[in-house]
Amino acid sequence: MHKSAYGIVFWGVLRRESLRFIYQRSRFFSALVRPLLWLLVFAAGFRSVLGIAILPPYETYITYEQYIAPGLMAMILLFNGMQSSLSMVYDREMGSMKVLLMSPLPRGYLLFTKVLASALVALPQVYTFLVIAWFLGIQPDWFGYVTVLPSLLLTGILVASLGLILASLIKQLENFAGVMNFVVFPMFFMSSALYPLWRMRESSEWLYWVCLWNPFTHAVELIRFSLHSKFNLDAIIILAPVTLILMLLAIWSFDPQRGLSGRLLKSKS
Amino acid sequence: MLLEVKHVDFNFGDRQALVDVCLSLQVGGFYALLGPNGAGKSTLFALLNRFYPLQHGSIKLAGKELHSASSDILSNVGMVFQQSALDLDLTIYENLRYHCAIQGMSSKQSEQAIKEQLQRFDLSDHKLRQVRHLNGGHRRRVELARALLHKPSLLLLDEPSVGLDRASRTQLLAYVHLLREEENLTVLWATHILEEVSATDDVIVLSKGRVLAHENAQRLAQRSASAMLADSYADLIGETHA
Repeated sequence: MHKSAYGIVFWGVLRRESLRFIYQRSRFFSALVRPLLWLLVFAAGFRSVLGIAILPPYETYITYEQYIAPGLMAMILLFNGMQSSLSMVYDREMGSMKVLLMSPLPRGYLLFTKVLASALVALPQVYTFLVIAWFLGIQPDWFGYVTVLPSLLLTGILVASLGLILASLIKQLENFAGVMNFVVFPMFFMSSALYPLWRMRESSEWLYWVCLWNPFTHAVELIRFSLHSKFNLDAIIILAPVTLILMLLAIWSFDPQRGLSGRLLKSKS
Repeated sequence: MLLEVKHVDFNFGDRQALVDVCLSLQVGGFYALLGPNGAGKSTLFALLNRFYPLQHGSIKLAGKELHSASSDILSNVGMVFQQSALDLDLTIYENLRYHCAIQGMSSKQSEQAIKEQLQRFDLSDHKLRQVRHLNGGHRRRVELARALLHKPSLLLLDEPSVGLDRASRTQLLAYVHLLREEENLTVLWATHILEEVSATDDVIVLSKGRVLAHENAQRLAQRSASAMLADSYADLIGETHA
């Protein structure tokens, strides 16, 4: 197979994911409404309860809205990752996944394109949120909109990989509600998305450690720093290998010849 | 010889899905893979698509070991799945374009191939329709068009007539026979409906994972006293179900 075929396949998969996203307009609106509700309603209610001390990367006192904005950006990526996981379960049930896996390119590459396309589709959603958030007073330096991009992409790949692993474990679409309760909500709430970890530590030492071990915490912190054009080496050191491991695991788990997905196919036969 | 399957066994845990399966397909032949539900037809196809790993035996496609060759070898195979595998949200054109892309076809090649297949299957006027709004017969035509876009040498059809009315079934079968003649395609058509087998076809009877017969339909029919294919088939299947 010619080398250019790899690029063609990637663009094909990205185009398909984008088209599906465009056709499912409600998905776009719900992806935006959710974080905006948190920003407008939740933050308004809690801003006086959760005073935010000066903590890096901020150099002065900030409003609670400013604090949770990076967490909400990560939330968009997280929900998009779970949405693409749901799509993959649907694709598997509808047979579209089989069509992809019949491509003459290596299956590892095909699944990688699926993960990357899922992460890329989430980016316009995050930037749309940032545009609206600008009018609501969340106004980072303009250069922050550029420096945050790699962090968003890395987080997108992390959650899309997690989504692919979950999709390989889930036998039926009906079981997907459990993912929300057992994966998405704990991942989001047990992170620094809504409150700084020192606050968590004041309430519970063990919960603080759970939050610290949660990769999503480091994704939020990476986004927070990079949105203010600052580099968070600690977050990168943790996040990059975790993302790589999850991606490899996702590729392994969804290859029907080897992974968990194959076991599901066989049990259906 | 395009496809050669030799002594293939496949187990799901303790359950034997395929037992010592041997078959060979000549270039340009039409083969009806006949067997009741649960005979192992879909499992055999999953092995031919490399969805399942080969546990025992050998499968050669165009002289190469299918399961140890590079993934390029899959470009020789076109597949129509038992259940529709089209993206319902996308249009016919978008579905076909996606397939061309995942086959690594350039934009120019894709446009040319799509145009050809849309014309062949009389779908040009419908190309911007969402698949969701097509009837079963049209969807099958789109699937067939898609399977042929990358010009495979082997076309696998796993019970493609399921859910179609009699007229659509006959039309689909006629399309595939015509394709075989025009493109010198090798076709493996899995079915459990005897009406879909014509006298000139080669028949492979599969039951409980075993190949019970692999010969011309007419010769197979001669095995029964009535010289009817249905009786010969019933005799064969009856033997394994006894």
